[in-house]
Amino acid sequence: MRVQEEQKNNRTIPSIAGRMGRRLMKQKESTIFLALLGIVILVSIIAPNFLTTRNAFSVSRQISFYAIVACGVLFVILTAGIDLSVGSVVGLTGVTSGFAMAHGVHPLLAVGVGLGTGLLCGLISGALIAYLKVTPFIITLGMLSVARGAVWVITEGWPITEIPQSFLVVGRSQIFGIALPVVVLLFIAVIDFIILKYTTFGRRIYAIGGNEEAAVLSGINVARVKLGAYLFSGFHAAIVGVLLVARFSSAQSAAGEGWELDAIAAAVIGGASLAGGSGSILGVLIGASIMGVIRNGLVLMRVSVYWQTLVIGAIIILAAVIDRERDK
Amino acid sequence: MTSGKTPVQNTKKVSDTNIVEMHGITMKFPGVLALDKVDFSVKPGEVMCLLGENGAGKSTLMKVLTGVYIPNEGHMLLDGKPLVLQNTQDAYSQGISIIFQEFNLCANLTVMENIFMGNEERTSFGFVSYRKMKQKAAELFRRLNIDIDPEETVKNLGVASQQMVEIAKALSQDTKILIMDEPTSSLAESEIRTLFSIVRDLQAKGIAVVFISHKLKEVIEISDRITVLRDGKLVRTVHAADINEDQLISMMVGRDMKHFFSERQYDSSNEVVFEVEGLSGPPKIQDVSFSLKKGEIVGLAGLVGAGRTELSMLIMGAVKRWSGTLKMHGKPVSVNSPNDAVRQGIGYVPEDRKNLGLVQPMSTRENLTLSIHKNILNKFGFISFRKECEIADTYIKQLQIKVSSREHIVKTLSGGNQQKVVIGKWLSALPEVMILDEPTRGIDVGSKAEVHRLIAELADAGMSILLISSELPEILAISDRVLVLSNGRLTADLAREEANEENIMQAAVKIQETSAANAAEDTTG
Repeated sequence: MRVQEEQKNNRTIPSIAGRMGRRLMKQKESTIFLALLGIVILVSIIAPNFLTTRNAFSVSRQISFYAIVACGVLFVILTAGIDLSVGSVVGLTGVTSGFAMAHGVHPLLAVGVGLGTGLLCGLISGALIAYLKVTPFIITLGMLSVARGAVWVITEGWPITEIPQSFLVVGRSQIFGIALPVVVLLFIAVIDFIILKYTTFGRRIYAIGGNEEAAVLSGINVARVKLGAYLFSGFHAAIVGVLLVARFSSAQSAAGEGWELDAIAAAVIGGASLAGGSGSILGVLIGASIMGVIRNGLVLMRVSVYWQTLVIGAIIILAAVIDRERDK
Repeated sequence: MTSGKTPVQNTKKVSDTNIVEMHGITMKFPGVLALDKVDFSVKPGEVMCLLGENGAGKSTLMKVLTGVYIPNEGHMLLDGKPLVLQNTQDAYSQGISIIFQEFNLCANLTVMENIFMGNEERTSFGFVSYRKMKQKAAELFRRLNIDIDPEETVKNLGVASQQMVEIAKALSQDTKILIMDEPTSSLAESEIRTLFSIVRDLQAKGIAVVFISHKLKEVIEISDRITVLRDGKLVRTVHAADINEDQLISMMVGRDMKHFFSERQYDSSNEVVFEVEGLSGPPKIQDVSFSLKKGEIVGLAGLVGAGRTELSMLIMGAVKRWSGTLKMHGKPVSVNSPNDAVRQGIGYVPEDRKNLGLVQPMSTRENLTLSIHKNILNKFGFISFRKECEIADTYIKQLQIKVSSREHIVKTLSGGNQQKVVIGKWLSALPEVMILDEPTRGIDVGSKAEVHRLIAELADAGMSILLISSELPEILAISDRVLVLSNGRLTADLAREEANEENIMQAAVKIQETSAANAAEDTTG
């Protein structure tokens, strides 16, 4: 009886917007969104130049790089895995595409080379983790070193600057006053959101993170899904790698160094659990924004770079503790 | 191979006063009366055997004695003084030790480190003293006539030696009562002899030993007295000298049947759907063959540790098998993973639904459709929430799952409702063959009847069901045929008419001795 009434209630809620709104309030994201709002207000009071168009433009662009990487890492984190290699993959994919361009390959094709490199890194890590069942931490730690090493081998430490003009335009272009990377981020976020929510692949990612054994016994091909997650992670990093080449007019060998930690932090601040099974794209976007805004705010307040690192670290710890307490 | 009883040698050492007495112990769990006014006592230097079917209350009683559970009623005496236990440490410090069937050793540490774990010998500076530990361990082993190197790493030891380490660990403290839960289940005959001689030594030292075992021959051989439990009630405590195996079996069986659903008609002329031929695999499944007909419920009985769940894991392809073939409709099929099994139409409802059956943080809806993702896609290949909700609602209604909505997170459902979700998950996948592993364990009586009705309905709809259950009345009530597994081998295939508790129990316990003897021969020859 109660069940039937409930069904009726569900049907009477008319619009998708209404349902989304209700869901939004119920979700973890609502609290961190409020936290983000609070931080934005606080920063704009203390640092008046925060809310200028120019600053907003550059902050959003900076956030978008981290956030794209974090969206990819989220796929892996949801399966209860971890991908420590994304920072290096950002660097390597930038260098391979830059290298290709410098050697006269058409920019479009060169972008393909970069993206392909990212997928290859994901394929190697993912296959070893999913099929040989080696711990993700170790494999991706190794991949972190391998990919960065490959960067040094290719560049010998020098930036690749022979990037064709036709490609550099990408880095400077904007759409309706929004930096291109931000547009790319929003585009990717929407696609990722749909994949996680409306495809079997996405559903299975959550199922594996929630209870891998149950997923196996339900007939889910767990290895394949895990491999997919690492491919996504590598692909996202590659997109950023290529975007950075356009942004800096060169492929820098140090690009993406340490970003894996920012990406993981963004996901965790955004409510993702490292134990797998919970987390969302929306959370990642908010988490990445919180980090970006705080970092920018500290710069505007002329806080020393050393203190910035310390503050960001403290926020990560705080987020993890709050998350743990909320789960209790 | 197995020697007869040797009654003379220990009678003198048993004193007349009890070291431990349990009076009127009652233990209630939600929906279950696990122990009902049970009396139990042991004397110093006595071997007391605790006997009963799966779920009769043996383990629960011993968990009360070791402080794991605090009983709802009743009291205990130790050495004539009231014994009140709040936790396992209390019991341990009072000299009550238990060795579980699954050993609690750290495989990566040495024998002596395990023995003194939590109680390490220290130097005067407060560091761990390996010299002292080694000395003490060697002394302990000498006392127990055990030949093990204290510095050996535990993972390099065989099962029997690991058990000796467990015993030594228990006795490193001042133990008055040593409880052993199925100590012989994984031992070869020669190792059992060694164990028994150690038990005799302990007896001579005045230690009371409580022995839980299903091997009746052994029980009669080693024990002075035997306490039989059934359905949480004390049946009788008897002297081992005055009893034989058949009398023990008839005391163990005959459980209350009134809770169980019954009455179904089954046409045994239906075609065979699923066949298992010569299936062998880890840890000890040997040459198992059987078949399931369309719409047939086949009960799989056996004692705990007989390998029933392991058999299902082999069928599902979750564990790699050594040999054997599976056939659907007479054609061999290749099943190397649960994914293959599901594709071939075989579903599995695991016993451990919390860890194996459900994705706890997900909603009822998401769990119900976990195995049928391809059925809920729209024409663009995306999940159709409309389809998914329809399916979820159908099963919530059909199985009468009590949820606040289909979005109810399964973690917060009751056991019975969780089980319905797991069954619903497989119903939606419509497998031809379904393995149900202890589907009613830990759920209340009302839900049990519902699950039974459900199983019967599934079979009536043409599904072939392999029902694993430790409750013989449940098996007898709803099975069309009963298979009995004992120590990894099928020991009986009984039609509904010929199956009864006695012959199932006999098949479940008898082979254990022969196969143990075989194992001993294997090791010696």
